[in-house]
Amino acid sequence: MTTISDPPKQQFRLSMLLYDTRYRSATIQVLAMFFFMLLAAWLISNTVQNLANLGKPISFGFFSDPSSYDINQRLLEYTSRDSHLRAALIGLLNTLVVAVLGCITATVIGVLVGVLRLSNNWLVARIMTFYVEMFRNIPVLLWIVFAMAILIESLPSPRDFRGDTPSATMDLFDTVAVTNRGVYIPEPLFSRSLGDVHLLGDSSLRFDVSLDLIAILVVLGCSIYAMRKVSARANRIQEQTGERPTIWYIELGILCVPMLILLVILGFHLGYPALKGFNFSGGIHLRNSLIALWLALSLYTAAFIAEIVRGGILAVSKGQSEAAAALGLRPGKIMRLVILPQALRMIIPPMISNYLNLTKNSSLAIAVGYMDITGTLGGITMNQTGRELECVLLLMLVYLTISLCISGVMNWYNKRVKLVER
Amino acid sequence: MSDTHAETVTFVRDTMLPEKEPPLSTVGAIGWVRDNLFSGVLNSILTILSLGFIYYVLSGILPWVFQSVWNADSLTECREIMVATWGDTHGHACWGVIKDRWLQLFYGFYPPYPAHPDANFGSAPDGHWWPAYFRPNLALILLIGAMIPVLFSGAPRKLLYLTAAYPFILPWLLWGGSVWVPLMVAAGFAIGYFAYVLVDRSMSSLMATIAAVLLAILWWVFAVGPVSGALHSILNIGIAPVQSREFGGYMLAIILGVVAIGCSLPLGILMALGRQSDLFIVKTLCVGFIEFIRGVPLITLLFVASLLLNYFLPPGTNFDLILRVMIMMTLFAAAYMAEVIRGGLAALPKGQYEGADSLGLNYWQAQRLIIMPQALKISIPGIVNTFIGIFKDTTLVSIIGLFDVIGLASAIRADTAWNGIYWELFAFIGALFFVVCFSMSRYSMYLERKLRTGHR
Repeated sequence: MTTISDPPKQQFRLSMLLYDTRYRSATIQVLAMFFFMLLAAWLISNTVQNLANLGKPISFGFFSDPSSYDINQRLLEYTSRDSHLRAALIGLLNTLVVAVLGCITATVIGVLVGVLRLSNNWLVARIMTFYVEMFRNIPVLLWIVFAMAILIESLPSPRDFRGDTPSATMDLFDTVAVTNRGVYIPEPLFSRSLGDVHLLGDSSLRFDVSLDLIAILVVLGCSIYAMRKVSARANRIQEQTGERPTIWYIELGILCVPMLILLVILGFHLGYPALKGFNFSGGIHLRNSLIALWLALSLYTAAFIAEIVRGGILAVSKGQSEAAAALGLRPGKIMRLVILPQALRMIIPPMISNYLNLTKNSSLAIAVGYMDITGTLGGITMNQTGRELECVLLLMLVYLTISLCISGVMNWYNKRVKLVER
Repeated sequence: MSDTHAETVTFVRDTMLPEKEPPLSTVGAIGWVRDNLFSGVLNSILTILSLGFIYYVLSGILPWVFQSVWNADSLTECREIMVATWGDTHGHACWGVIKDRWLQLFYGFYPPYPAHPDANFGSAPDGHWWPAYFRPNLALILLIGAMIPVLFSGAPRKLLYLTAAYPFILPWLLWGGSVWVPLMVAAGFAIGYFAYVLVDRSMSSLMATIAAVLLAILWWVFAVGPVSGALHSILNIGIAPVQSREFGGYMLAIILGVVAIGCSLPLGILMALGRQSDLFIVKTLCVGFIEFIRGVPLITLLFVASLLLNYFLPPGTNFDLILRVMIMMTLFAAAYMAEVIRGGLAALPKGQYEGADSLGLNYWQAQRLIIMPQALKISIPGIVNTFIGIFKDTTLVSIIGLFDVIGLASAIRADTAWNGIYWELFAFIGALFFVVCFSMSRYSMYLERKLRTGHR
């Protein structure tokens, strides 16, 4: 901005609000604020008037009414007699489930494809390029409905598993059943279970916490703590004597033995899905809608992540890998110790923004009938109660909160990496 | 001279040997294959696995694509033909559905003869020999013409007039109606321009800008309706109007994409500048808007367009859904565009801003002549990616009940004749989007190469 070294001595005149750079910015800001307030006031007064005309003032009372619709894929226990609030909570959890699952698989596939795109093997690199271009240039909604169609149309129905000579068989040593009604996988069961703790009594937000899970987590935590102690001791010895004691079998023992003992005490076994009547029962039932959404979102996002990974690796200057090779490191170690740590700084921020995109794209669940927060709060609840304003605003608020949390993580990471930089 | 030396060196070559060809196994096709496909054990295994994979995929897809039925009016007929020809119904595409419904997939329910509501595509009313599909087609051709001078610097500059006129031609061609409305809207810009020129002579340029904007807005709000109505009653020139609810198909995706892309770039630039500015309130407003839009999924904004916008506007306003969707998609695209351009602005060295200041340029001059050309150049890949993203996201309108290609695919499947047809429709729709998005990304690569003016 321009600065005037010798301020003019004349009196303040009204035209200086426009022509004097010292005042002009204030004028512009006041005007901007004024117009913004005017716009906001206009919108709000319109809304109030419209709502009054329709006779439905803003209220969130409908949340305690019974929802009277069913949600087939859920983490917490829920019936159609539960409230709309509980339905929204189930939906939110479903959104998070598909987002987390999708992020994990998208990262795995994306990193693999990104590295393979740089492969020396011409054919492999071309196949990966083809994959990336296919998924990046076709709308994700099309991939989602396509995945759903594949699951419904091309998989065997549970009926095909019956009879003496069934036309379909279960996979992975008869533990997983892939049918056109969904995938049935084994579930962990405890014959001497510690039971559950019911939290928050009878409210809409009630949930059960499995004591078995807590026990497992506690034991796991203790094991990891002990492992770090052992590893710290090994480091100390290495620093003093220059020789590192072999500790991997101690660490393995610390990790596995207590866990195995605990699992035996709890009577851990797997419950396998089995054909009963016209359908499978037992095991965990992953619905088609979840699988289709998960598959399509992770393959789609993986294409973007692959490009990011490739770009990040290419951005590390060639001298780095040459220097590492000159030190005598093997290609695998060059990648792990020299290239990746530097590339990660470049890769992680856009990667997180892709996680954010995946989470937002999971709202397309509504196209395949997966009951995420858009399907419950922004779908059936909204249609049943006719409270569009409240539902859509809340829906936006929920997504905004998730997004801001994720960008908070990203900013924190960016700050941390910046400190490492010179 | 020692004798030993003379004895040991018995032969000294004093001419060059002729150069030999490199071994056959390291050059040409064989060398290339050895280098790129079979350079090691692992590489060879990967190559063989990939070949197997490619064979597996192609052996499934190619027969499906090419051993297919084109001439059929329903899926049952398709299957009968397949059984008669190949003996089974699996592994053969039924492209009959595309042949039967391609008009619908491209144009949705756009009326072929809008002046005659009862006429359908098969039966042309008297005096009409071509259907109104020429209107979207012409709009597309003009669009390409209008884009050429923007996209390629070698194109004739005169085409820029078409570019300037295009925003008025597009709605008129698609929605139809009196020719006077777009002309009068365009006249608003002319009025603004003349007001600017006149006031600029007598007063400052700031006053001229304010006067121009005010006059143009007054003209659009109060004069366009009556004046064009009067002109229409004097001289009735126009084409038959088409309702927006009849828009659909791939045409809808292109319209929404073009409008959102065209409007979001200037809006995005403004918001990026606002976000970078020193003015606290302007900056806060821009940041709040951008982060809000980027934090919510597009589908919730489309819900706002289809359900809530009527609450926010004065009672009784009811303007059409496509327009509302266009507004929301533009805002959505603009927020992403603003972030991309902000990245470009941030990547410019500070010396560029200081250099512009030291030349005595004011803010807008500096932006126009120094900052923006460089910032936009840096952000081209990001801008094109946003374009591609927006174009793909236009498919989401099928969720709020508009009949874009994906919505039409379900509608076609709901028809008894084509009940149960999936893959042909998906393949067709995917190909439509792939062609456009892929060309966009290739164009951005071309532009990047062309604008790389050194530094490397």
